[in-house]
Amino acid sequence: MNSTQLPVAIVKGVLGACRSRTVLLVAGLASVLLWLGVPTELLAAVTGSPPAAASTALDGGLSGIAAPELTAADYPSIRGVNARVAVWLVAQLHLWFAAFVLAVPIFVFIIEAIGMKTRDKRYDDMAYEFIKISITAYSLTAILGGLLLFSLIVFYPDLFSYLSRIFGESMFYYALAFFAESAALYLYYYGWHWLQGGFRKWLHLTVGLVLNAVGTTLMFLANGWVTFMMSPAGVDPAGLFAGDAWTAMHNYLWNPINLHRFIANIAYGGSIVGAYAAFRFLSATRPEERAHYDWMGYNANFVAILALLPLPFAGYYLAAEIYAYSQQMGITLMGGIFAWLFIIQAVLIGTLFLSANYYLWCGMGRSDGAARYHCYIKYLAIAIIGSFLVWFTPHTLVLTNEELKALGGPYHKYLGPLGIMPAKNTAVNIMILATAVSFLFYRRSNRIATVSWVKAGNAAQLALYTAGIANLLFLGIYHGYFTNTVYKVAASIPQVMTTLIIIVVSITLDSLMYRGAREVAPLNWGRVPNRAQYALFLLAVAFTWLMGLMGYIRSGIRQHWHVTDVFRDASPDAYTPTLGYAANVVSVGTIAFMVLVIFVFWLSQVSGRRTPSEGFWKGAAG
Amino acid sequence: MTYQRLRVPRLAQLVLVIGGTYGGFWLIFDLWLGQPIPRSLMGMYMFFVVVGVLMVFTATEKSTGQLVGPIRALVEDPARRWLRNVVFTVVPALAALGVYLQMQPSDEPPLELRSIHPAPPSSVKIFGKRYDLMSLENPYRHLEKDDPEQFRELVAAGGEVYIRNCQYCHGDKLDGKGPYAQGLNPVPLNFQDIGTIAQLQESFLFWRIATGGPGLPKEATPWISSMPVWEDFLSEEQIWQVILYLYDYTGHRPRSWGHE
Repeated sequence: MNSTQLPVAIVKGVLGACRSRTVLLVAGLASVLLWLGVPTELLAAVTGSPPAAASTALDGGLSGIAAPELTAADYPSIRGVNARVAVWLVAQLHLWFAAFVLAVPIFVFIIEAIGMKTRDKRYDDMAYEFIKISITAYSLTAILGGLLLFSLIVFYPDLFSYLSRIFGESMFYYALAFFAESAALYLYYYGWHWLQGGFRKWLHLTVGLVLNAVGTTLMFLANGWVTFMMSPAGVDPAGLFAGDAWTAMHNYLWNPINLHRFIANIAYGGSIVGAYAAFRFLSATRPEERAHYDWMGYNANFVAILALLPLPFAGYYLAAEIYAYSQQMGITLMGGIFAWLFIIQAVLIGTLFLSANYYLWCGMGRSDGAARYHCYIKYLAIAIIGSFLVWFTPHTLVLTNEELKALGGPYHKYLGPLGIMPAKNTAVNIMILATAVSFLFYRRSNRIATVSWVKAGNAAQLALYTAGIANLLFLGIYHGYFTNTVYKVAASIPQVMTTLIIIVVSITLDSLMYRGAREVAPLNWGRVPNRAQYALFLLAVAFTWLMGLMGYIRSGIRQHWHVTDVFRDASPDAYTPTLGYAANVVSVGTIAFMVLVIFVFWLSQVSGRRTPSEGFWKGAAG
Repeated sequence: MTYQRLRVPRLAQLVLVIGGTYGGFWLIFDLWLGQPIPRSLMGMYMFFVVVGVLMVFTATEKSTGQLVGPIRALVEDPARRWLRNVVFTVVPALAALGVYLQMQPSDEPPLELRSIHPAPPSSVKIFGKRYDLMSLENPYRHLEKDDPEQFRELVAAGGEVYIRNCQYCHGDKLDGKGPYAQGLNPVPLNFQDIGTIAQLQESFLFWRIATGGPGLPKEATPWISSMPVWEDFLSEEQIWQVILYLYDYTGHRPRSWGHE
């Protein structure tokens, strides 16, 4: 073996081990630990801390699981390791990879189904390439999951013990489902070329469906544990948990988180795959390779945008439910200490929209027929940037004394009203509609409609958008500023419906108009500037950063509670860190994740390389 | 006679659009409305305006070429050596001047990120009793429908409490411009603003009025609010009455989850 083969062999060996043994080992160990309920007693013995005050029968005759009352001494420490930051980063990295490996199979399933329907093998090849990437990411997810489990057991033994007493049953099923997911994933990946054609293809697609169903179930189970810590259910006024695992899981915020994470995962998966395509496009040397990865990047971006459009609504639903669950939590979230992180969140969401639109505008250059629509780009940009400025205008301003006096108070008379949700809901709906128009222009770029009612169709679309935006403004201004809170929050639903109806109707109308359309200039895949690929990268980085930031906020609004109002956090880290510190931790996590993802991308290239080894093997030629 | 259309170079167009937007903000907010945009916000606005303009100007290859062409020529063309030297001297010098002006020590106190609406605790002890702020409601609110006459009397009583105690800071028009307001920092809240009491439940107001500045949670630091602890001066009934008055006078509705 020569010097260049050795690293490849090592990498392949490590990969092979990761794919099979590590995954099984970590999952097996986790399930055994959870099943046996080891943590409390074992950790009490190991750490010397008293067993958690979890009891099933109390002196007063009450029964249930009581949250232990801890002191700082009950939290084990390792010299040189900050427990909170360690668990924070590992949990976040695990979640990023988990989101990726849950999302990519959904994406792959859809692409495979499209390929099956259209009989276009390019879709099938693209789907296979994606699932190949997710296999490596799956190993990393499992490794990080194991690391998270051990970090919790080591640093927060009493919390883990308390949660495992409540969720022991669901944790056991989680471990079983993990085996099922692994089995489905390996069958789906390794059986790809075997299960081709006719009934076999149907069988393969069914395995993909099972894989997605199990993956989504896994996420819902883990969401139950996380949301119980935010909005505990089944706990009586004395703080005793008296329900079963289902009661705890089916808590107030479980479904809002389920919905939000499900949609976000699809968008996130699209963005990461888009970054992969951009990576391959930029490193491609042959025109056909550039064309392939350009096409792949476009499809990934399309999926990411499609899932991104309803995401703000799911996020708003979650925030509204948090407010409804607890005024204290709601104000902490959006009016208190975390409010400024929401401004960063708004900036990042706006960046997603800007990146996605810029990619579409640059992509119009693939066809010479797009020149007709270039003059409209500036108007779309005005709508998007204008809405974006409203979207991130804060309610509480950072003012110098001089500015404070000039304004006559801490609020700006004209910009202040833009700081509350009705203005932001209206702005984000308009941003979404402008993105839909960018997409329509892109679709039309290489074709001319030939139906007789083209003028009427265009006029109808113009009227639809005009009426829709007028309705959004009316709902946002009237219900947002001149009615009771309940109507203000409720007005977001007709706003969402308005936007969705406009998008669905206009795309349907456009499809009918362009049925049998004449192609004026072909779409030249690969003829797209490199800067468009950097927009795809930006999309993935902004998504990752955003998830990290919002993950911290979601967890941080519990403040000094492990389980809100039930189980107090007595560790030395039971305080809310400064905004700058939190942002730095999230940024370090984002960089670490992106480095790992680029490593995964690189591995996918390495596995396809062959180095000639003439004269190395006995009796073998070449 | 033919007229040739004046073509402004793409780079100049970019500078004009960005400069025009900045000028527009200044004209509208500073000159016309008299409410300048704070520097921190203006910085964010202009950053994304520049991003947006760059996106439009580089969306097509032709436009990008027109924009980048003069810059490339400036860097590469040997005939423009003198101009290049001037630009390469002036631009860093301007950047250095900007940094110097920003870093220059001043008498201005550092900016503070203060939570105007700190999150309330789940429960609070006032008047020797413990109140659950999650479920606490104004005991007189139901009279608005059940007994409008008595409700009007309570609002009037609340108005009297307000004029005797609150208007010195918060103003007789509830706009935060009372006679003492100019001497306070942070300035008293403007209840007319849609972003203040209209966003809050009545239990929040009860907590803030009763416990005042000293009752602010640690999160709201720096603790510099001058709001007195009104539970030392007013009765529980008077606090609820003044809350009725605040909403009645401003026309806002308290945040609630029930249909009217």
